[in-house]
Amino acid sequence: MGSGGDHRRGDLTAEPVVEAARPELERAAHQAESRRGVLVALPAWVYLVVFFAMPLVIVFVYSFATRSSTGRTRLADWNLDAYRRLFDPLVFEIFRRSLLLALATTVICLLVSYPFAYYIATRGPRLRNVLLVMVMLPFWSNFLVRTYAWKVLLGSEGPISQLSQALGGEPIRVLFTNSAVLIGLVYGFLPFMVLPLYAALERMDWSLVEAARDLYATGWTAFRKVTWPLSRPGVIAGSILVFIPALGAYVTPAILGGARTTLIGDYIVSQFLAARNQPFGSALSFGIMVVMLAGTIVYFRTGAKNV
Amino acid sequence: MNIAGVRPKSPTERLLAANAWVVYAFFYAPILVLIVFSFNANNNVGIWTEPSVRWYRDVLSNDAVLNAIKVSLIVAFVSTIVSTVLGTMAALSLERFRYRGQRAFDGLVYLPIIIPDVTMAVMLLLFFAQGFQWLDAAIGWRPSFGIGTISLSHIAFNISFVAVVVRARLGQMDPRLEEAAADLYATRWQAFRRVTLPLIAPGVAGGALLALTLSLDDVVITSFVAGPGTTTLPVYVFGLVRRGVTPLINAVSTLMLVASMLLVAISLGFQRSSRSRVTALGEEQA
Repeated sequence: MGSGGDHRRGDLTAEPVVEAARPELERAAHQAESRRGVLVALPAWVYLVVFFAMPLVIVFVYSFATRSSTGRTRLADWNLDAYRRLFDPLVFEIFRRSLLLALATTVICLLVSYPFAYYIATRGPRLRNVLLVMVMLPFWSNFLVRTYAWKVLLGSEGPISQLSQALGGEPIRVLFTNSAVLIGLVYGFLPFMVLPLYAALERMDWSLVEAARDLYATGWTAFRKVTWPLSRPGVIAGSILVFIPALGAYVTPAILGGARTTLIGDYIVSQFLAARNQPFGSALSFGIMVVMLAGTIVYFRTGAKNV
Repeated sequence: MNIAGVRPKSPTERLLAANAWVVYAFFYAPILVLIVFSFNANNNVGIWTEPSVRWYRDVLSNDAVLNAIKVSLIVAFVSTIVSTVLGTMAALSLERFRYRGQRAFDGLVYLPIIIPDVTMAVMLLLFFAQGFQWLDAAIGWRPSFGIGTISLSHIAFNISFVAVVVRARLGQMDPRLEEAAADLYATRWQAFRRVTLPLIAPGVAGGALLALTLSLDDVVITSFVAGPGTTTLPVYVFGLVRRGVTPLINAVSTLMLVASMLLVAISLGFQRSSRSRVTALGEEQA
């Protein structure tokens, strides 16, 4: 970076106009600039290649390895068994359940967050900031702690259950079911939907809505034709931010789910910590990554086209 | 206020307000219940007997918890500093320079954000296990899993988040300010030190805070790369939670909540002071 000043100082003696007219000097300056860019990028580049790209390659390689009878992985006899197992009905069922839960989480988050973000975005600037901080506050606290709080709340001896019994109802038995996992996922990822939606709505030019109303559009038509299309980038960003972590969730199902609610996240973990089938676990994690990347790209493409 | 084209006190408006209150209740109820029950004397979490701080006393005399807190703080500190420096440099190189291979680097920086936690955890576990095996075969040195592997892993995912936050700030910045500095014969380094860095400082601080939070928050990746006896607080608590609900967990959780609230309060204060400094500067210039 330090050498950058030298050629600029040189401008004093050689006239700048002349320098610009000499292509080889310009090319040299260009190359120096490019070299500097690479140098600035280098530390992070090296780090990510070693501790991200290489691990990715290793998972890919492992997914073709064989599992010996003792559970060890032998880097020999390369085969496609792990990938064949992805189409096993049991795995398919787990994947379908994860996909449905992630989808349900995204839809519920969107339905709740849209009016919520709309409400915040239409307040005065002072109140808006207070309301926003109130969204961020629980979001900054530990995810594990927030999920655990629901285990306390939903337990068969928890406050909700006791309240229901005090009112003459049945004890609540939600914990360790899909519903509990869904509640936990919505709770955990709701802010990811609220914040981008708020950002999109807050940026919006509200005079366009007024113009629509002036042209005798009903409130609903104005929303459908003006507000909704303009907030689409927020909807897309929020959906991706919720869907991806929900699909790969591990902590939430591990705490709130039961034996029959295995999701793809805890299934992968069990391949490494319990079942000791690293090639299959590698294939699973590689598979889920490809699905997510493909989903994200398709979603962005179609979203960008329609905006 | 009529900015939304919604008439005040209209039925729509009332529904919106009601929805907002329900969402806020949903946000805060579980946390409040947790805090209240952490002061419960009873061994059973659900049954309230009388207020007490015995669980907090238990936490502070629990060596495993104290050790986990120590590991968490070391890892968070190291990974935040390293990833903030590397992430800021990555953001600068992507936003302010043009070079070959930039698009590939751009992708490499974004990928760790998109990749699911579990995949990242699996990747790093196999990488370290395989790498240590090779190291052992090559030079007879076999490092063990622990603070080192946890820190290296946290840096790996934090660089990207810092880079994204700082890049957003750089994008908002007027590049003409740097050009003006260069026109006044500042070197690239001087221009960075005196113009760019002060202007992106809130972005860098925001990125560092995000890195710190993510490091203190992580369970999945850490539980894969932690060593025997060396775990962070969230991983230790996760182990307890899986075994059941105890008032001890409530107390630890409440302490973690309070710590993160303090962190947010500090950062908000910091942002406000830096913002007022920037606006003051703007008024001066005007």
